[in-house]
Amino acid sequence: MDHSAYSETYIRSILNDVKTIAMVGASANTIRPSYFAMKYLIKKGYRVIPVNPKEAGNEILGETVYASLDDIPAAVDMVDIFRNSEAAGTLTDEAIDLGAKVVWMQLGVQNPEAAKRAEAAGLRVVMDRCPKMEYGKLSGEWGWMGGNSGRISSKRGKLMGGRAQSLSIGVKRT
Amino acid sequence: MSLDDTPRFDTLAIHAGAQPDPTTGARATPIYQTTSFVFDDVDHAASLFGLQAFGNIYTRIMNPTQSVLEERIAALEGGTAALATASGHGAQLIIFHTLLQPGDEFIAVRQLYGGSINQFNHSFKKFDWNVVWADADDISSIEKAITKKTKLIFCESIANPGGLVTDLGAISKIARRAGVPLVVDNTLATPYLCRPIEHGADIVVHSLTKFIGGHGNSMGGMIVDAGSFNWSREGRYPTLSEPCESYNGMKLHETFGGIAFAIACRVLGLRDLGPCISPMNAFLIIQGLETLSLRMKKHCKNTIKVAEHLSEHKAVSWVSYAGLRGDRHHKLAKKYCPNGAGAVFTFGLKGGYEAGVKVVSGVEMISHLANIGDVRSLIIHPSSTTHRQLSEQQQIAAGAGPDVVRLSIGLEDAADIIADLDKALAEAG
Ligand SMILES: Cc1ncc(COP(=O)(O)O)c(C=O)c1O
Repeated sequence: MDHSAYSETYIRSILNDVKTIAMVGASANTIRPSYFAMKYLIKKGYRVIPVNPKEAGNEILGETVYASLDDIPAAVDMVDIFRNSEAAGTLTDEAIDLGAKVVWMQLGVQNPEAAKRAEAAGLRVVMDRCPKMEYGKLSGEWGWMGGNSGRISSKRGKLMGGRAQSLSIGVKRT
Repeated sequence: MSLDDTPRFDTLAIHAGAQPDPTTGARATPIYQTTSFVFDDVDHAASLFGLQAFGNIYTRIMNPTQSVLEERIAALEGGTAALATASGHGAQLIIFHTLLQPGDEFIAVRQLYGGSINQFNHSFKKFDWNVVWADADDISSIEKAITKKTKLIFCESIANPGGLVTDLGAISKIARRAGVPLVVDNTLATPYLCRPIEHGADIVVHSLTKFIGGHGNSMGGMIVDAGSFNWSREGRYPTLSEPCESYNGMKLHETFGGIAFAIACRVLGLRDLGPCISPMNAFLIIQGLETLSLRMKKHCKNTIKVAEHLSEHKAVSWVSYAGLRGDRHHKLAKKYCPNGAGAVFTFGLKGGYEAGVKVVSGVEMISHLANIGDVRSLIIHPSSTTHRQLSEQQQIAAGAGPDVVRLSIGLEDAADIIADLDKALAEAG
């Protein structure tokens, strides 16, 4: 498919379908973008399993860190890649082997060949985007920082889990 | 319309940024007249202060009424994000504070609002941000002014007071070659008439006080981030590319990518300098914005009638309005402002300074005041008011010499505007 732009329907369906995300390149450093994204996605009801060989065996945000995708004992719906575009190639192949349904490459990360392989294997692919930002755009939170979500809606925003300052994209999670 | 359709301009002007309120379902944007917002818990507070979560803390930094206005203007300008401020000048202060260090230079095109000329020549000098002036009618003067210390180029899309149209495409090419952002003040055009980002601007700034609010009742400013500039390439913009001490060493550009400039303006500039917009003013400006295209169409329609009338008046020596066929900026106006050349322009009086003073006091319906972009028609004689701090030479260079009168044409019946001007011109002799 064309990866120059993604429709709202496409991104929404991915963020609605996935529950468990393996985050490759997750950092324990609280000011790194990957830490921000992991913390945010957990708050939105996803389980995020960190993957980082340097941190293997430690915990980040209460989740055990694994050295590789292979080591994760749970089923993974989506692999979120916080590594460079070249590394994203091998990681995409691992995600296919793992049976993941989605490969998501972060802002600045693009590997069109790997994307083709993943799509041929039936996976959905997003490149050069951040799931935190995309979630924020769909829920309405993006505008709280003056961000242009590129969408309009006459439907009421949905509060998340009884909190005043958290909006959801509509899926019930526990 | 489906979720995946891209809304058009008039739809965005009414809907962008404003989903119904999640708790009450209020359809119009509520005025969140509050200074502060409770945290859900301690971890939520920490996440907000650490910029890890989106959310409201304190109205000096953000407010939900304000954020509707911000997203709406970002959408209309085609930017990635925006930041509202207390005034247009407040917005300019924050932009420069984010991009310049003491000792740096910037290039400003001379054809500017007089208040900006003052801000750059005097107040910014105190921060050791040094203006180098160039000329919009001689693009090569901009290229020549570039030095290693240049950090940005500043111009207006349609310039106040002369109503001339700037060649944004040519200037943006110079900025690109020099590796500096182009900052465009789009106050006189509004995004309905001109969208500078489409012509290569990296940052758009507004005084919302004018046509966007449109009713002469609220001060406001806006910074729009095009998301296009690479702030980290040469380390010349350390506020964005280097570890930020007041956020534990976070690098703002690395963390926020295409909205990093807007974020830096908010979480450093607005937080520390303080010129925040009031929720009430944000509300009134949102209300104005909803009719922007209707108003701008009528503003332009009235203005061309008045300008054509004045250009044939015997007391008038010249009219500077890019919407007039034969005006030296008419070609640029057709290129950059195809929907109209705005509603602010100047004309010259054969009777000089004295006649100018008489005309502004002779009008009955048109208001003599220092503003533009109101539903009401406004008039001013710059050399005795807004531009009086400048030398005669500077006044002439800014298009505000002693014989110059500036008009901001409102939404009254054009025939009444013309009748009022005719009466004052006759009395001025
Ligand atoms: C072109 C332009 N830019 C900036 C400003 C400053 O805006 P404010 O008065 O909202 O500070 C003005 C005000 O007249 C203006 O006309």
